[in-house]
Amino acid sequence: MEFWINQTFNGLSYAALLFLLGGGFTLIFGVMKIANIAHGSFYLVGGYIGYTVASHTGNFYLAFLVACVVVSFLGMVMERLFLHHLGGQDLRQMLITMGIALFLQDLCLLIWGGNPLNLSVPGYLARSLRVGKYYFPALRIFMIIAAGFLYILLRWFQEKTRVGAMVRAAVDNMEMSEGLGINVPLVTLGVFGLGALLAGFGGVIGCAFMGIYPGLDFELLPFAFVVVIIGGMGSLQGALVGAIIVGLIDNFGKALFPELSYFTLFAPMAIVLGLRPTGLFGRG
Amino acid sequence: MSQPQLALQCHSLTKRFGGLEAVNKMELRVLPGERRAIIGPNGAGKTTLFRLISGQFPVTSGTIRLFDRDITRMPCHQRTYLGLGRTFQITNLFPTLTVLDNLVIAAMGLKAMKFSMARPLSTYRGLYAKADEVLERVGMAERRQVRIGNLSHGEQRQIEISLALISSPKVLLLDEPTAGLSPAESTMMTAVLKKLDPAITILIIEHDMDVAFQLADRITVLHQGCLFTEGTPAEVRANPRVQEIYFGTEERPC
Amino acid sequence: MIPDRAQSRRWVFVGLFLGALILIAVPPFLPTYIVILFTLSLVYAIVAMSLDLLIGYTGLGALGHAAYFAIGAYCTAILVTRHQISFAGVLGSSILLAAIASAIFGILALRAAGVYFLMITLAIAMCVWGLAFRWVSLTGGDNGITGISRPALGLPWDMGDVIPFYYLVLFFFVACLLLMFLFIRSPFGKTLVGIRDSESRMRVLGYNIWLHKYLAYIVAGGFAGLSGCLYAYYNSFVSPNDANLTHCMEMVLMVTIGGPGTLAGAAPGAFVIVFLKNMVSVYTQRWLMVLAAVYVLTALYAPEGVMGIFRQIQGRRQPVGGKG
Repeated sequence: MEFWINQTFNGLSYAALLFLLGGGFTLIFGVMKIANIAHGSFYLVGGYIGYTVASHTGNFYLAFLVACVVVSFLGMVMERLFLHHLGGQDLRQMLITMGIALFLQDLCLLIWGGNPLNLSVPGYLARSLRVGKYYFPALRIFMIIAAGFLYILLRWFQEKTRVGAMVRAAVDNMEMSEGLGINVPLVTLGVFGLGALLAGFGGVIGCAFMGIYPGLDFELLPFAFVVVIIGGMGSLQGALVGAIIVGLIDNFGKALFPELSYFTLFAPMAIVLGLRPTGLFGRG
Repeated sequence: MSQPQLALQCHSLTKRFGGLEAVNKMELRVLPGERRAIIGPNGAGKTTLFRLISGQFPVTSGTIRLFDRDITRMPCHQRTYLGLGRTFQITNLFPTLTVLDNLVIAAMGLKAMKFSMARPLSTYRGLYAKADEVLERVGMAERRQVRIGNLSHGEQRQIEISLALISSPKVLLLDEPTAGLSPAESTMMTAVLKKLDPAITILIIEHDMDVAFQLADRITVLHQGCLFTEGTPAEVRANPRVQEIYFGTEERPC
Repeated sequence: MIPDRAQSRRWVFVGLFLGALILIAVPPFLPTYIVILFTLSLVYAIVAMSLDLLIGYTGLGALGHAAYFAIGAYCTAILVTRHQISFAGVLGSSILLAAIASAIFGILALRAAGVYFLMITLAIAMCVWGLAFRWVSLTGGDNGITGISRPALGLPWDMGDVIPFYYLVLFFFVACLLLMFLFIRSPFGKTLVGIRDSESRMRVLGYNIWLHKYLAYIVAGGFAGLSGCLYAYYNSFVSPNDANLTHCMEMVLMVTIGGPGTLAGAAPGAFVIVFLKNMVSVYTQRWLMVLAAVYVLTALYAPEGVMGIFRQIQGRRQPVGGKG
C-alpha cells in the first residue's frame, strides 16, 4: 500500500513538471502547427536563469519571474524572426527549431558549464509534510499545486476571456480567424511566448527538483511529445491528462519494469494512436 | 414492370459540419447514360455533394448507391474501381510532372502493375500508348513533354478531364469544367463534353447556365443544401422560383 | 518558369560522373583519416538516400528514420559479438529486422498526417532510444555494445584495414543507389511522386494511398537497416545515441542540403555534415553552434538544397515567356 501511495504521489509530481513542459508545447502545436524542438531548450534556459537569479539574490520567487520573462521574450523573438513567415512549411520550421535548440544548448554550456546545477529552495520547501506514516516532500507538493494553479488559470483564460476565445478560434481555423478580423500574428506571437513561459517556469521548478545539466533539453523532449500525442494537440485538458498518464506510467514503469520502462510510454501512445489518432482531447 | 437500374442513387443523404447542414436529406436518381446538371447558387452544397459521392467526405447519414451497390462507407479508391471518376473545380494535377506522366499515372490507377518495383515504368508501352491516344483526342499531343506548371489554364482544364477519362469511368463527376475559361475556351470545352461516350453517366456542376442547358438531359437545382427542384432544361428555365433563389428572395426549402 | 528537364539532367550526369570518379579512384592517395570520413559519409549517404525516398519522393516527413538505422546497427552488434554468423546472415538479419520494425511502427505512424506524422515518427525514434537505453541485458544500456569486429569475407584483403573496408562500403553504396534508382523509376516509385503532388487526385484515380505510403516506409526502413549494419562494422561500437533526436535530425539535414527529391543529392549532403562535424571541432569548441547555423541557414535560404539553388540559377537563365 505504501508503495502505491508513494509511487502515485511521485508520479503526480512528475506529471506536474510534464504538464508545464507539455502544456506549452501543445499550445504552440495547436495554434501554429509547429512541433517546437527548441521547447526543451526553453525549459533549460529557464532553469539556468532561475538558478543564477536564485543563487545571486537568494529570492526563489524572483528566480521564477526573471526566468519566465526572459524565456517568454526569447520565444517571441524566435517566433517573429524565424518561424512566422514560414507558416505551414513543417519541415523547414522543424529544421529551424532544431538549429535554435542546438544553439541554445551550446550557449548554456558556454555560460554555465557542464556540471549539473541545483537550485536551492527556501527552507520551508526543503522539508517534508508528514501525514500518518507517509512523508511528502514539500517541494513536490509545491510542484503539484503550482501546475494545478496554472492549469486552472490558463483554462479560465481560454474559456472565459475574449483573448482566450481568439486563441481557440485560431486553433480551430486560422484562415477564418483572420477573416473575422482576429489579429492572428499577435495571437501566434503571444501563444509562442506563453508556451515558452510555461516551459521556462517548468525549468526553474525542475532545476530545484532534479537539477539541470546540458542535454536535459533533449532528454525531456520525448516526454513532451508523448504527452501531446496522448492528450491531443492544442488541448490544455489533454496536456494535463496526458501528463498525468505519462507521469504515473513512467514512475510505476521504472519501479516495476526498469528494463522496459521507456517502452511503457510507448504502449499508451500506441493505444491512443490506434484508437483515436488525434489524441484523447484533440480535434479534427 | 421492372425498375431500370440506376447508375447513381442518393437517398436521404446528409452532411453536417458542426451545426451547419451542408447537404440535407438529398435525393438523387440518375439513369445510366444520363447527362445531369447540378446547379444552384453559391453555398447550395453542390461540391459537397460531389465530395460525398466520390468519398472525400464521410457521410453524416443517408446512403449512396452506385449501380445498386452501397458505396456509402467505401473508401475513395474503391469507388473508382467500381467505375466512378471525378474532376476537380480547382485544377488538381501533378504540378512537377509532365503532361504525359500525369496521364500515365492516371492510366495506372486501376492496374495491378502499379505495385511493381522491378521494371522502369517507361517499359510499359501500353500505358504510354493509351496516354498518347487520349492526348490526340483532346488535341494536345505536342504538349506531352511539358510540365503541368507551364500549361495555360485552359490546357490544364483539358488535362483535368483527360485524367478522369483515361480509366474509362462509368459515372463521371465533372465539377465546373469550364471554371476560369474564356468564352472561346468554354465553347471548345462544351464541344469536347458533348462528344463524350453516350454510355457514360455524367453529372456536371455548372455555374455557366448556357453550358448546363446545352449538355443536360435533366437538371437538378440545389438550394442551401436541399433539393429545390428537378426537371428538363426547358422546365427549369421556365420555372420562376429557380430565378428567385439566385436573387436570394426564395425561402429555405427544407 | 520551370527549367527544362533535359538540361538539368545533363548537369546531374556530369556531377555523378565526377563524383563516381572521385569516390573510386582518389581514396588510395588520400590521408587515412580522410578515407575514414569518406567511409562514414558513404554509410550515412545510404540511409540519407533512403530517407529521401520518403521525404523527397513520397512527401512523408519521416523524421524518426534513425530508429531503423539504430535497429539495424544493434542487430549487427548483437549478432557479431554474441553469435557466429556469416556476414551475409548478419546483413540480411539487420535489413529484415529494420523492415519488420518499420512495418510495425509504420502502422502507428501512418495514423497521422502532416506535422503530427513528423512528431510521431520522432516520438517512435525516441522510444527506440529509450528501449536501447533501458533494456540493459540486451543492449548494454548506456554503455552500448563494443568490439564489433569487421566481417571476414574470405577475400585477399583484410576488412579491418581502412582501404578494403572503404571499398566494401562503396560497393554497397553503389548497389543501394542503383536499387533505389530503379525503385523510383518503377511504376510504384512513380505513384509515390503522385502521392506527394496530390493525394486527393491519387485517391480518385483509384490508388490506396495508405498502402503505398506503408510499403514505401518499409522499403526505406530496410535500407536504413542495411546502413546501420555497415555503421556497426565501421564504428565497432553502437550506443542508444544512434537513435536519438540529434541523429534523426542530422539525417533530415543531409537530405535537405542535398535537395529533397534528388536521391543522389543525399550523398553530398551526407558528406557535408560528416565532414562538418568532424573537422569543425578541430578549429572551435563551438562546433555545435556552427551546426546550428547550418540548420537555420539551410532551412531559411536553401530548403531545396544545393539542387534547389542550382535550379533557381538555371530558371533565371531561361528566356522569360514562351512555351516548353
